[in-house]
Amino acid sequence: MTTLDAKIPAGPIAEKWDNHKFSAKLVNPANKRKFEVIVVGSGLAGASAGATLGELGYRVTMLTFHDSPRRAHSIAAQGGINAAKNYRNDGDSVHRLFYDTVKGGDYRAREANVYRLAQVSVNIIDQCVAQGVPFAREYGGLLDNRSFGGAQVSRTFYARGQTGQQLLLGAYQALARQVHLGNVKLHNRTEMLDLVVKDGVACGVVARDLITGEVRSFSGHAVVLATGGYGNAFYLSTNAKASNVTAAWRAHRRGALMANPCYTQIHPTCIPASDDFQSKLTLMSESLRNDGRIWVPRDAGDARSPDQIPESDRDYYLERRYPAFGNLVPRDVASRAAKREVDEGRGVGPLKNGVYLDFGAAIARLGRSVIEQRYGNLFQMYERIAGEDPYTVPMRIYPAVHYTMGGLWVDYNLMSNVPGLYVLGEANFSDHGANRLGASALMQGLADGYFVLPATIGDFLAPLLGTEPVPTDDPAFREAEAAVGEQVRRLLSSTGSHPVDHFHRELGKILWDNCGMTRTAESLDRALTDIPALRDEFWSDVRVLGENESFNQSLEKAGRVADFLEFGELLVRDARHREESCGGHFRVEHQTEEGEALRNDDDFAYVAAWEWTGDSARPTLHEEPLAFENVALAQRSYK
Amino acid sequence: MDLNLKVWRQAGPDAPGRFETYAMRGVSEDMSFLELFDVLNEQLEGRGEEPVAFDHDCREGICGSCAMMIGGRAHGPETGTATCQLHLRKLVDGDTIAVEPWRAAGFPIIKDLAVDRAAFDRIVEAGGYITAPTGSARDANEILVPKEAADAAMDAAACIGCGACVAACPNGAAQLFTAAKYSHLSLLPQGQPERYTRVVALVEETERWFGSCTNHGECEKACPKEISIDFIALLNRDYVKAQLKNRALTGQKR
Repeated sequence: MTTLDAKIPAGPIAEKWDNHKFSAKLVNPANKRKFEVIVVGSGLAGASAGATLGELGYRVTMLTFHDSPRRAHSIAAQGGINAAKNYRNDGDSVHRLFYDTVKGGDYRAREANVYRLAQVSVNIIDQCVAQGVPFAREYGGLLDNRSFGGAQVSRTFYARGQTGQQLLLGAYQALARQVHLGNVKLHNRTEMLDLVVKDGVACGVVARDLITGEVRSFSGHAVVLATGGYGNAFYLSTNAKASNVTAAWRAHRRGALMANPCYTQIHPTCIPASDDFQSKLTLMSESLRNDGRIWVPRDAGDARSPDQIPESDRDYYLERRYPAFGNLVPRDVASRAAKREVDEGRGVGPLKNGVYLDFGAAIARLGRSVIEQRYGNLFQMYERIAGEDPYTVPMRIYPAVHYTMGGLWVDYNLMSNVPGLYVLGEANFSDHGANRLGASALMQGLADGYFVLPATIGDFLAPLLGTEPVPTDDPAFREAEAAVGEQVRRLLSSTGSHPVDHFHRELGKILWDNCGMTRTAESLDRALTDIPALRDEFWSDVRVLGENESFNQSLEKAGRVADFLEFGELLVRDARHREESCGGHFRVEHQTEEGEALRNDDDFAYVAAWEWTGDSARPTLHEEPLAFENVALAQRSYK
Repeated sequence: MDLNLKVWRQAGPDAPGRFETYAMRGVSEDMSFLELFDVLNEQLEGRGEEPVAFDHDCREGICGSCAMMIGGRAHGPETGTATCQLHLRKLVDGDTIAVEPWRAAGFPIIKDLAVDRAAFDRIVEAGGYITAPTGSARDANEILVPKEAADAAMDAAACIGCGACVAACPNGAAQLFTAAKYSHLSLLPQGQPERYTRVVALVEETERWFGSCTNHGECEKACPKEISIDFIALLNRDYVKAQLKNRALTGQKR
């Protein structure tokens, strides 16, 4: 085990970022065009990074497995984006956003990164407005705000229920402009399948053209991964179907450390599953908790329809248990509370697998048209899926896997332990600790891409002036290409009896049952036996049809599931090693008398970063100790 | 419920295509149309046949990946709904339904139901943006945007780029897509400086790839986000204006 150096600049926290930017080496404008940067992934982080690096003058190669950058899953974020603008005059500040994020993350995030995130949050809103993001407005033309879980101020900017879509379109359009100007070369339907490392430095990637099957190398002075999270390890999640861990996992196998993979976020407001064919779960934005009240019948087994249950027989359990934050407690707290109600038999709906989210009071107070304006498209989406009208019948919701706080380890510069490899957005681990606050994912993705990476990458590139990228006929590239080709061949020559989805569903079930909202040493040990067994079964019994040389979605899926089967084991191993509860990681053995997460700051106030050793059962643990100099460690309380 | 699917199968861009009929028996009406295809594909794989290729991703109606002509209509019979959000309860038990890829010269077929929509990216690259390099922005609240303008811009910006408008158009025109992008940007104060260069760039790039608009109005009916055809009127009006404005702005004589 080694202790990791996060390269946090010295000095008072409010000055670290400015000082760091000043001390970083610069690349002069004319020299920027001599550097090739490869950006993988075109969501908020990737598109904003690609656009900004292009504007600065770097030569950017952009890879996305989607048919267009605009399809990346950031597009589906609904509720909003936080910024410490204090336009509401309600006591918000950079320091408060910083404090809320560290506290919301249950004191497992790196203070310096979070402070910087809060600082640049204000620039993000300026940037997005300048690009034409149609944020909601007041009648006077000023920007509107709403509040979100885990905060007592209104600092969330939004564009109806499609904030992620509008922010991504903004970044995508900025990227498109750079493509048009020739600064960014865009390769769509191209999936990164390996990272190339030469002499310990990242020098490129190997990717497969999803239409022709051609395996191709891309070489650059630096590689930027912005490839999203790994929530789909659980099969059923709110992630898009194609979201996967492959790029990050391949980098991990080439030496990049994977940090805190057990920090997974279960989102409290999703539509409960209706049957076995369900292919994914749909999120209903957390912003609904602003006006919706969550309740269950007071008595288990109460089968009356909701309109027949009088107030006296309802339990608004969040308002009762957490009077200060009420329905706006952070996600992990809200999710576990819902699980408790359902586990104790007070669940609602045909499968008794949900709780009510009721807008009756809000509609009576504000009128239907106001609610329609705020949440119209969400209500419509719910009606389509559930077949019930939420204006008259309370919504049914239940938690589902949504976001992953863990990811590849990065230092303050967002560079991984592999020099030249940067990791942005959900793919890295850095800013949310053990639990992310609502409306902070969009903020982090855009902070990383628009403002952080463009300011830090020069420090790495400047000394490389005059060097050429490693040629793609170098043995390091040849070896990686051969490995990718070999995996494709192995998958296509499989003659088993089960399709890929079968194994994915099984893996999801193992993870959800044993390493989901609550975890025990026993359940985790069970998963550590079951996952390797399932992985062996996959390689002996999977069936992948078709050929490499054409559009083959089964083959794409097979490669991704193969990586989830390796990654899932590390996720569980990390959860097993962390003998405490914090944020999204809840070990039943470690809870307060009131059933809240109980941290162990003496032994676990560190980032757990795992190194691939070639043996999935024996990864090496590296620790980055977390120092809390500006926020006092405390038991989180939302009462 | 039972459904008979007549699905367009085509091995590659230049391969001949054909309809294959698949009988789906006893499927749940709570299933989405794409989940029906998941079930079909699992059955096909079980029989050793290649699954049907189709684009899909978020399955929440926002990413714009899914794209099927269902019973001759882009995204099927329910208005304002993308294929992924169409549930079988909206279809008729026992029906035979033809499922085809988007039919448009601007969207070449890749395989089965998957088509290449890269032309939409080319249109946005040509002018579907407001020039605002990172870091150059002033405080967000210094730009006042009347609520009505923001709302109208958002109505247009809701476009998911799925291509249903093109698929539904007898001319294979993409005017609704382009008009939505144009209107989003040009209804906002931030979009004014480039307004008339934008409209020319967008219209001319659109015409390179797609047919011409002759006001059939099918696009509005097919749009899963119900984007109004009025935006096409704005696009056309500004395109005409631009012919004069751009000359004046660059100091040329009229």
